[in-house]
Amino acid sequence: MTAPNLPAPSSGTAPDGTPSTPRGLPHRGGALNPSADALAERFGDAIVRSEATWGETTVFVHVESLHEIVRWLHDEPTQRYDYLVDVTAVEYRDAMRPIEVVWHLRALGHRRFLRLKVELPKRGTLIVPSVIDVYCGADWLERECYDMFGIKFDGHPDLRRILLWENYQEGFPLRKNFPLRGRFSRAEQLKQALAQDPEARYSMNELTIAEAFDSLPEDMRRRLAADRARTGEEGVE
Amino acid sequence: MGVTPALDRRVVPVDPKSQDGWVTSRLDFLVNWARAGSLWPMPFGTACCAIEFMSTAASRFDLSRFGMERLSYSPRQADVLICAGRVPYKLAPVIRRIYQQMPQPKWVISMGACASTGGMFDNYAVVQGIDTIIPVDVYVPGCPPRPEALMHGIIMLQQKVMRDRLRDGTLHTEIEPDPTSQLYIPPSRIDELSEPFGNSVNQTRSNP
Repeated sequence: MTAPNLPAPSSGTAPDGTPSTPRGLPHRGGALNPSADALAERFGDAIVRSEATWGETTVFVHVESLHEIVRWLHDEPTQRYDYLVDVTAVEYRDAMRPIEVVWHLRALGHRRFLRLKVELPKRGTLIVPSVIDVYCGADWLERECYDMFGIKFDGHPDLRRILLWENYQEGFPLRKNFPLRGRFSRAEQLKQALAQDPEARYSMNELTIAEAFDSLPEDMRRRLAADRARTGEEGVE
Repeated sequence: MGVTPALDRRVVPVDPKSQDGWVTSRLDFLVNWARAGSLWPMPFGTACCAIEFMSTAASRFDLSRFGMERLSYSPRQADVLICAGRVPYKLAPVIRRIYQQMPQPKWVISMGACASTGGMFDNYAVVQGIDTIIPVDVYVPGCPPRPEALMHGIIMLQQKVMRDRLRDGTLHTEIEPDPTSQLYIPPSRIDELSEPFGNSVNQTRSNP
């Protein structure tokens, strides 16, 4: 059965034999995002190198100027990267290669995607600046990255574990030197897990929106107030 | 002598020719019949097994045929804890507390490979079988089990309930975990139960 309206499936290779996507994007060496050139022009030595993979641009930057670069990408009218998609890290099996911390940025207005990477030597201290003052959404992303990789985000107001429990003793599970089954015996793991208090993990501030009421959008405030008037409840103060 | 003896109300007069309205049975049987026919399940669904559980509860497979259509989302009104899905270590104290909040008599169905053994998740984050945390009555194999398999497990649980005897009080006394380690079974047993096997790294059981 063939679908007549769909284009013929691509074999995944360009005519010259190199791999490419159905839309003709090459594996390596495609066109760079215009932001990469703008960054090189604006920051110069702070940019290590730029590369394009499957049509996505990756810019390697120095850790000292990362915060400044992210701030500029967010604020500069010609860039406007208004959405932080993800903060994560990569550790390679090759012990010589550094750990990479990755920021995925997206400019919704310009329809651009940019990947920033910082290389950290494994033997050094794994500290990068937090971008939480630029993107509020970086809060939990950075906590997750800290939880899994042990990378410290300098300037994060509340850097603690988010997926694992707070008294987790075994280290950082996504590091290559972490054994898949954990470091302790199963009985010891179970004993420590049962010793946690499920209620102590959440502060009431995280569970209530009462304090955030004034910073909510206007329509949401109206709706909450209307609900309160309708039900007569002591809802949000 | 014209004196009739006083009526002994402890003796039931039986007229062999008219036995309407009388049934004799064992109290055990009646109590167990009532219990087995109206088990209220507390679903603890964490993964894809919960989808199969929903299918079991829905109209095609119709859990209410077993008197279980009243799903209890509060452990205090539940009889059966159905753990459907993998349980990470972070949830271990939660399911433990849910189990301890259920009133006696209570039973546990471990539904699926992950709840029973950890399944394919032989890693740092997943409990290797919930029987290391709470006592389990019925294990339902499958990944995930079909609704028929869960119903088979439920029928097995009903048969187990029917075998209960009122004289045997040990069945329905609350088991207290060891106060120091908070474990129901000794640590060596837990390590033995969690011992990896099958096609996983560092095999210890299936090595020749």
